[in-house]
Amino acid sequence: MPTFFEKKQVVTPGEVLAEGDYLAGENTYAEDNKIYASRIGLANCDNKKVNVVALRAFYFPKVGDMVIGTVLEVGFNGWTVDIKAPYTALLRASDVLSRAFKPQNDELSQVLNMGDLIVAKIASYDRAHDPQLTVGEPGLGKITRGQIMKVTPTKIPRVIGRKGSMISVIKQETGCQIILGLNGVILVTGKNPEDEELAMMAIQRIEEESHTSGLTDRITQFLKEEKAKREENKNE
Amino acid sequence: MNEKPEKLIDKKGLRLDGRKPDELRPVKIEVGILSNADGSAYIEQGKNKILAAAFGPKEMHPKHLSLPDRMVLRCRYHMAPFSVQERKSPAPSRREVELSKVIREALEPSVFVEYYPRTGVDIFIEVLQADGGTRCASITAASLALADAGIPMRDLVVGCAAGKVDDTVVLDLFDTEDKVGSADVPVALMPNLNAVTLLQMDGILTPEEFEKAVNLAMEGCKTIYTLQKEALKTKYMDVKQEEEVEE
Repeated sequence: MPTFFEKKQVVTPGEVLAEGDYLAGENTYAEDNKIYASRIGLANCDNKKVNVVALRAFYFPKVGDMVIGTVLEVGFNGWTVDIKAPYTALLRASDVLSRAFKPQNDELSQVLNMGDLIVAKIASYDRAHDPQLTVGEPGLGKITRGQIMKVTPTKIPRVIGRKGSMISVIKQETGCQIILGLNGVILVTGKNPEDEELAMMAIQRIEEESHTSGLTDRITQFLKEEKAKREENKNE
Repeated sequence: MNEKPEKLIDKKGLRLDGRKPDELRPVKIEVGILSNADGSAYIEQGKNKILAAAFGPKEMHPKHLSLPDRMVLRCRYHMAPFSVQERKSPAPSRREVELSKVIREALEPSVFVEYYPRTGVDIFIEVLQADGGTRCASITAASLALADAGIPMRDLVVGCAAGKVDDTVVLDLFDTEDKVGSADVPVALMPNLNAVTLLQMDGILTPEEFEKAVNLAMEGCKTIYTLQKEALKTKYMDVKQEEEVEE
């Protein structure tokens, strides 16, 4: 039962990763008792489960994912939302108003208009239907302030870090609130634009260097240095 | 236009461009060179120069073309007006429409289309300079563009042709050999699964010659496959190197 790769080796689609008693994890598939890669990425074996951390991928909706989307269209009894997935998502009016929706009383474009950004969770999705969003939980809903940035969706786990270590460092050092949409859209809200700028610079750096180890330490150092620099500039 | 040569293979057994019968043209591949496309690739095979770009998966437009149970691949093979010696009309010709279909069908078995119902992926292939065997080179490049777009695939697809000129079975025909020679057998292969996704023949071959040509083309595919994989990995080599420094 051999595996045919070294840890974190770059593999291409179709490459044989393992033979025999293994399980096909993310971005892999099994055929004829062999595990193959299905995307370009870094191979990993974790307790008989072979995974590939994809270097190139797109966001695909999953129930329960928190996403950040843009309102595309105000419809008759809801909104269509662009969530940077192969499907556009739907948000129903009754979900936002949290009461029965009456078309004669409510003007939907006054609640959410085209171009508005929202934080939402995916309430339902299956092969036959477009994903449906919900904003019926604390912290979800229309975004009123802060800055938006986009990263490759595969890199969101890296921004979070092991058990949230990376994201908590950034939050602590910059004092910003950061909401990570699993579709690769990130909302940064801070007390002032400078703090937001700093947090975004750090996230940018994570995206660029996401495949190196010891990144959390380097980001911590980077943030401290940047802050010191800014202090100096202020005092001058 | 060129004079029709009398002999395609000289006394030493070499071809018009100096290759041995079982020798490929030099191949150069690059991945991810178009920033506006989700995935892209560029291939040079001899004098062929071909760009391929992939977009998606995204919602299918127009919507009635989407399928409820799987992703739709759309493919456009197009030759630039300046790709051949005599200006080619930019409008899609019968040949281009056919090649688009053939290339799509060669790529489709490699993609997990059943994972993404109601979506579509567009592939655009632009031949900048043609010198025979463009369909095979296009398949090689288009497959890389799909991989670069992050679309899950069973294997990369690689294409290569073999044929017969002057009663000799040869690999990877170029333009003159294609036109003057007696047969052309393009093959597309998923090398790791050992599955053929495209097999065509034009001309006349005996069963023995046909078998020899297919085997030769498959060998050629496998050689290009190593280059294809290399090209895809090269884009992320800097990633890997950083890794090594760290550990």
